[in-house]
Amino acid sequence: MSEIKLLKTIKELPPDDKYEFAPGHRLCAGCAIPILVKITLKVIPDPKVIVNATGCLEVATTIYPYTSWNVPWVHNAFENAAATASGIEAAFKIFEKKYGKKKPHIIVFAGDGGTFDIGIQALSGALERGHDFVYICYDNNAYMNTGIQRSSATPRGARTTTSPAGEVIPGKPERSKDLIAIAVAHGIEYAATANPAYPIDLANKLIKADAVEGPAVIHYFSPCPTGWYFDPSLSIKIAKLAVETGVWPLYEVENGKYKINSPSLKYLKSPKPLEEYLKLQGRFKHLLKPENKWMLDLYKQDIEYQWTLLKRLTGIG
Amino acid sequence: MKVVKMKRIGLTGDSAVAFAAKQANVDVISAYPITPQTIIVEVLSEFVHNGELDAAFIPVESEHSALSAAVGASLAGARVFTATASQGLALMYEILYIAASLRAPIVMALGNRAFSAPINIHCSHDDAYAARDTGWIQLFSENPQEAYDLTLQAFKIAEDKRVLLPTIVNLDGFIVTHCFEGLDVFEDDEVPNFLPPREPVYQIDPDNPITYGPLAFFDYYMEIKRQQAEAIKNSYPVIKEVLNEFSKFSGRTYTPIKTYGMEDAEVAIVVLGSTAGTARYVAKELRKEGKKVGVVSLVVYRPFPVDELVDILKSVKVAAVLDRSYSFGSPGGQLYMDISAALYNESERPLLFNVIYGLGGRDMTISNLKSIFEKALEYAEKGKIEKKELWVGVRE
Repeated sequence: MSEIKLLKTIKELPPDDKYEFAPGHRLCAGCAIPILVKITLKVIPDPKVIVNATGCLEVATTIYPYTSWNVPWVHNAFENAAATASGIEAAFKIFEKKYGKKKPHIIVFAGDGGTFDIGIQALSGALERGHDFVYICYDNNAYMNTGIQRSSATPRGARTTTSPAGEVIPGKPERSKDLIAIAVAHGIEYAATANPAYPIDLANKLIKADAVEGPAVIHYFSPCPTGWYFDPSLSIKIAKLAVETGVWPLYEVENGKYKINSPSLKYLKSPKPLEEYLKLQGRFKHLLKPENKWMLDLYKQDIEYQWTLLKRLTGIG
Repeated sequence: MKVVKMKRIGLTGDSAVAFAAKQANVDVISAYPITPQTIIVEVLSEFVHNGELDAAFIPVESEHSALSAAVGASLAGARVFTATASQGLALMYEILYIAASLRAPIVMALGNRAFSAPINIHCSHDDAYAARDTGWIQLFSENPQEAYDLTLQAFKIAEDKRVLLPTIVNLDGFIVTHCFEGLDVFEDDEVPNFLPPREPVYQIDPDNPITYGPLAFFDYYMEIKRQQAEAIKNSYPVIKEVLNEFSKFSGRTYTPIKTYGMEDAEVAIVVLGSTAGTARYVAKELRKEGKKVGVVSLVVYRPFPVDELVDILKSVKVAAVLDRSYSFGSPGGQLYMDISAALYNESERPLLFNVIYGLGGRDMTISNLKSIFEKALEYAEKGKIEKKELWVGVRE
């Protein structure tokens, strides 16, 4: 990892004077993706190239003949953002070697569908080959762009249009995947979770991810008012509650070493009750009914499982 | 006239293609192994690992990623090469359209192989035909020398600023990919005289940001497709220009369509790939007996050379159109449908019948070809086609 300077306060974030991500995009009110994009473009220095998988961010920012992007931006298809980025990175690397041309920072944005499901193979291949890019998964817990279908990132019990809250099966019956563990299994130098309610933590993780030579993965919690059924003004509150209740641990893995970050450490001993997080979202409403307690219990076990693993890996608790 | 330095070396079709890609000084190779193309990427990775070629070799985890990475590298301004066959092409299918629509001038060698099931590693033209509507230019070689020559020409065609379309060089699986023969190859330092480095028109450039691959709905999509339709049509004169230039450069003549005996032929075989050579041999033998037979083979398959083909075929009485593939449920094989459509509005045109041959590497023998010519002569005599679809060399 090269020399880096981390931020201490939000005031140290560079001003948004370059409009690299221009206003006027069509992402929903309350969507947490623009927060991620703006912070990413602010902290990762120029020159840079964005690769975007098919998904909410792609469709809402490049409706021809308009574009929100004042940086080079490439969309190829749904499942191949990591492969496309591999090709771009390889080309710039050889240009640097052959012609001394400066290699840009390569940043990939993909949703959970494009990462956990259809794009997992391309991502795994790219991580194994060690291409130098920052891969950011904005995880809104389902296929939101196509209308809220379950993905392998959807939490257990959540209601989606393909895992409805039925009389027999109340929500998604399966647990979600552990993306960071999958990424770390490739022996990459840096992987971390992030959350829009903690912008300094997010910014510093992006800086660290960008500094490694090789691939780095950021898994970003992205509240979705449209798909989670909550008032758009509550996005950051829900994001914060996800950390405070332990649903979304903030942690990072540097060269295989796991570290729980301070926002999550604060709630390690006494997390807020999960119900505080659930009750604000329509997608979990059915889990609070007594007859669906069994599903809620399974979801709680999933969260417990993740924490057991994290505690063991970090040597805490 | 300047003499181009050449040497004669022994190469297989696959290694000839790899040698051409090396001499083209490609920047990025992105490929996945699949028989019968594998030797191409093996040889190229050897060149890179031995320091003979200064290129990035991306050993991707699938053909889908091979072409996806190729698209990324090509948009970045690199000269990009990939190779595949059969199932690999099928796995790339989604990205074939995207590569052409994004005007990424990638060159791909396609070691033509049958589609599964049953799984088979030998030659059919299923894969070439599967790519026919995708917007790629397609060239057909019939021997390793042509595979080498056409690979060099493919880069020049694809990257021409009047074209900017990805290009496939087809070589029949095993029959050409694994055929070892003496080739006349250029000395390395001669190649840039024909094929200088790529000069991208648009490229990923942080100083001049472009949005590649946006969303376009009913208000713009159709105009974009209309432009793309023009682009591949307009590539044809450029292809002819490049073939002509290469002919002068190498002393080996290339034209979009090869003909044999067509000055006075009454019947003709129309064919793609390696079978053309055998067909010409058989035609030569039959012409010794006074039979007026001819052979038409396409070097340029996409864009389809409609006007020139019509001119060549309109005066023959019967043409047998050979397809090394089958288009299930269609009115005929893929080349047969193309040629039927090309001729339909002509007042003077031949009767046509379709021959299905050589699937999954089944031998196309001299006697098979002789029987096809004889059938064509018989139909010409009778003035009608009795059987529109003939499968040769099959137990039925």
